[in-house]
Amino acid sequence: MTTLADQPLEEQIAQWRAYLRRRQAVHGPDVEELEGHLRDQLTALTEAGLAADEAFLVAVKRMGSLDALSREFARAHSERLWKQLVVSPDAAPANTSRTEMLVVLGLAVAAALAVKVPVLFGHPLSPQEELPPFYFRNASLFVFPLLAVYFMWKRGWNAPNGLWLALPFAAAAVFANVYPFHNPERLADVPQRSDTQVLTALHLPIALWLAVGVAYVRGRWFADGGRMNFVRFSGELFIYYVLIALGGGVVTAFTFMLFSAIDMNPEWFVGPWLLPCGAAGAVIIGSWLVEAKQSVIENMAPVLTRLFTPLFTVLLLSFLVTMAWTGNPINVKREVLIGFDLLLAVVVGLVLYAASARDPQAPPDFFDGLQLLLVVSALAVDAVALTAIAQRISEFGFTPNRVAALGENLILLINLAWTAWLYARFVRQRGSFAELERWQIAYLPVYAVWAALVVVLFPPLFGFR
Amino acid sequence: MDLSKDLVAASATPLVLAILAEGDSYGYAIIKRVAELSGGHLQWTDGMLYPVLHRLERQGHVAAKWAAAESGRRRKYYRITKEGRAQLAAHRQQWKAVDGTLRGIWMQACTV
Repeated sequence: MTTLADQPLEEQIAQWRAYLRRRQAVHGPDVEELEGHLRDQLTALTEAGLAADEAFLVAVKRMGSLDALSREFARAHSERLWKQLVVSPDAAPANTSRTEMLVVLGLAVAAALAVKVPVLFGHPLSPQEELPPFYFRNASLFVFPLLAVYFMWKRGWNAPNGLWLALPFAAAAVFANVYPFHNPERLADVPQRSDTQVLTALHLPIALWLAVGVAYVRGRWFADGGRMNFVRFSGELFIYYVLIALGGGVVTAFTFMLFSAIDMNPEWFVGPWLLPCGAAGAVIIGSWLVEAKQSVIENMAPVLTRLFTPLFTVLLLSFLVTMAWTGNPINVKREVLIGFDLLLAVVVGLVLYAASARDPQAPPDFFDGLQLLLVVSALAVDAVALTAIAQRISEFGFTPNRVAALGENLILLINLAWTAWLYARFVRQRGSFAELERWQIAYLPVYAVWAALVVVLFPPLFGFR
Repeated sequence: MDLSKDLVAASATPLVLAILAEGDSYGYAIIKRVAELSGGHLQWTDGMLYPVLHRLERQGHVAAKWAAAESGRRRKYYRITKEGRAQLAAHRQQWKAVDGTLRGIWMQACTV
């Protein structure tokens, strides 16, 4: 076996092994088996008098072409073409993946229990009543810190850095709970909630998601590709979360069905335990799945982007055409601004996720033209809506909801306007796609900063209404 | 004389089963045994044996287990199962039928 101590030969074998590993149909143990074969062959050939490198050439040649080989493996194991996520035991060294699974399970259980901790301090969750304001305001605080801990563990952060990251969460906990929001018990059987409190509840997760992102990119927010990876992660997590929620819905339905069949009412369990704990734990589990599969399965968000960009473009254009044709003005109702905010957010999302899956070097193609058309038509629709709203904003007065919605509209509008400009330059081959990607990425903290402003400033500004 | 690809592929399964029927073995040894038995006429591409073995393992005709080899590395050893032996018997019947038919017609050709 002296030949195997030969360093160059070992390197050659390692290279061959690396090539083989890249084949999707050939799994880890198969590679080991084939490598064993190669080594047996090498030993036999060198014993027959060949030099090490000659033996390697002959042995590799006899093994056959890797393409043909992986095709045969794919035929013998057709299920391997459907990339398996959870059940592929050889994706990572067994030890680390098992530790990771334990960490993830521990954090998921912690998140699930965290939801129940306030019960001990007199904030009960009861199935009959609506979600108490306390949970409503603090929803993101039950899960996001644990998610940040997961990423810090996964990326190998040390404790001092982790303490820095605890700051935003601590600040969030303070601002979510010290303000004296007006929460009149009930007025005429309608539960009243302070508007600024609802705004806090909606904006806190957006602001804190940035802190999770910092943990995700291991503190190197400006390092290459980190932020875009976090964007990709966020999109995939959203999709996974929706899928898990659908599955959770099925479990809930069967819980009711089975226990009702024996005349028991599982409501006390489903409302205060299954739903909140499941919703919290699923964030951690979903994140782990996205982390585990990022190299395994094609990202879903860009696929959905491709599907829905044309549909949204057609929708917006036909809306504009219909409005111009009929001359119907936009009927400015109370919440119409929020609707248009959401529309812009969807368009920004479509642009962002199309960018996340795009090769920045590739020349402009038909889809880029379509995206530009989408952005421009979204701008046009929003401009029409904004003028309609501006004409009547004095009638409505400046409530916290409206100021927040207006601010968001402005932020998204600025993003899209500049995006349209960059896209137009790119499509006419005056600029590069990388500029557009950089712009989108650089803009990410703006959302979080605005959300933080809403959380911190709006309640005192509007007298905690 | 090189055997045609189809013939090599068709004979692979019975050959592997027959070799394993002689005793437990592993990939490299099976390839060596094939070369020995065929006098070098049957040239397999070495790698191609493994998909065949894995398919047989999945069908339950052979069983596999990892064990330490003399070299200290792990090696996957294959053993024929009861179903495998039944399968081998069936293959044998089929090949006999083919062989007998061809033999018959070629004998005729010789005598005519």
